[in-house]
Amino acid sequence: MSIIDAVLNDFFWRALVGGLGVALVAGPLGCFVVWRRMAYFGDTLAHSALLGIALSFLISVPLNLGVIITSLILAIALMSFSRNKTLATDTLLGILAHSALAIGLVALSFMPEVRVDLTGLLFGDLLAMTRNDLLWIYGGAVLVLTLLISLWRALLMSTIHEELARVEGVHVERLRLLLMLMFALVIAVAMKMVGVLLITALLIIPAATARRLAKTPEQMAMLAIMFGFFAVAGGLGLSWHMDTPAGPSVVVTAFITFLVVYGAAGIFSARSTT
Amino acid sequence: MSETLVAIDNLTVRFGDRTVVDGVNLSLHRGDIITIIGPNGAGKTTLIKAILGIQPVTSGHITLSKGLVTGYVPQHLSLEPTLPLTVKRFMLLSGRSLADCESALARTGVSHLLNASVHHLSGGEQQRLLLARALVRKPDLLVLDEPAQGVDINGQAALYDLIRQLRDELNCGVIMISHDLHLVMAATDKVICLNQHVCCSGHPADVSHDPAFIETFGQPVAESLAVYHHHHNHSHDLHGNVVGSGKPGQDQMCELSHDRCHHEHH
Repeated sequence: MSIIDAVLNDFFWRALVGGLGVALVAGPLGCFVVWRRMAYFGDTLAHSALLGIALSFLISVPLNLGVIITSLILAIALMSFSRNKTLATDTLLGILAHSALAIGLVALSFMPEVRVDLTGLLFGDLLAMTRNDLLWIYGGAVLVLTLLISLWRALLMSTIHEELARVEGVHVERLRLLLMLMFALVIAVAMKMVGVLLITALLIIPAATARRLAKTPEQMAMLAIMFGFFAVAGGLGLSWHMDTPAGPSVVVTAFITFLVVYGAAGIFSARSTT
Repeated sequence: MSETLVAIDNLTVRFGDRTVVDGVNLSLHRGDIITIIGPNGAGKTTLIKAILGIQPVTSGHITLSKGLVTGYVPQHLSLEPTLPLTVKRFMLLSGRSLADCESALARTGVSHLLNASVHHLSGGEQQRLLLARALVRKPDLLVLDEPAQGVDINGQAALYDLIRQLRDELNCGVIMISHDLHLVMAATDKVICLNQHVCCSGHPADVSHDPAFIETFGQPVAESLAVYHHHHNHSHDLHGNVVGSGKPGQDQMCELSHDRCHHEHH
């Protein structure tokens, strides 16, 4: 019994450490998704991850690398498409998001020799996190956080007022590309955790929750990390005790936190104004 | 002649088939205030964006003096509601010290808003914040895109006055777009009437008599400006009186109505 416990505790512990690593980058990056209205865009990139997996099998490269490259190519394609204004951006994203997902599914069906856990890819398989996954997560987290911190002022300035930032010498286009790269990276490492269908939730919900309490962008980023941590820990606890799927449980916990914070803040501000 | 900050030589900008700026020549010296006026779609914003280096040009040249620091005051600060931002944090994003930021805010008269949320500022406060944000960079060239938009009429006059004072203090060049013709005419050294090409330019008083100006803006506008210029010598006093006496007048009205209230009460 104690041996089983120890084993369970071990993969539980791995899931927790991995989840916290993802939350650490999803917080500040999620703030940019919210500020720049890129939620649907993030969804599109996430959906393309499945296509990335199919392609990595086809040309036999590591899965994470395949996902990053596919997301990046799609991001660049989107950026160039959206300059051409014949289709509204949300229409374009809707087309590409679901087409990428569908093409990925079709491509995988052509490779019967490849055995993939489709449910795991779509909804996450947090409890199956390996040491190798942890390495990817923390490697990615260190890289993304270093970039975010060193470019924080320029990123923020170009988010607040793009033209003002350009006049002040910020390379807006370059930063946008870099932000895409960071997205692609986070999607690749977070995919294992909550799955391609739920990644955007992990980026947006903690950031949106943080917005209610923050006075400055930096506060919002820190609070988003905190709420992300709470969602991961709470979701895993829920999954452990109630035997629910881990990825969706994390998202549900994040959503409940969102409701509680907005509800409490609403009651509090109603009292203080009356 | 003072230092040339900006020299524009035969500048043309096309969007597809449409020529938005057509063969514009312009030079701006240190200490100049140039105002660009013109109807909608005349290419005013495109022209200043080209000067700011954020609009690719189709042909022609823009030469900026070496090491020119530009302060840009955009039309709006349309901030996403999801982005929490205080005035202090926004000013500090310029990369200048807090002391510099505070003195710039004080200069534009909004230092009391240091800890306010940018979302809660009025139109006039927002313009003054944007002006402070440009000011903190100690610019050689100040570029303003309709700086008085969303500002009430008293505030507009004060804002143009402030821009003139800042020109004197910083000894910078100023180039701005404006629709507030009568206010601009008093506050500017040179007016450029743009309608893709420069249809006329010169001293405000001369421009308002120019046939090209009358053709672009119509007789009524030109006449109202001409009327204004008859009173030009007195406008400053008159204006001061209007602003100065406006408020006491209102106060008196308030007192009167208060008295009346009391009377009715007794």
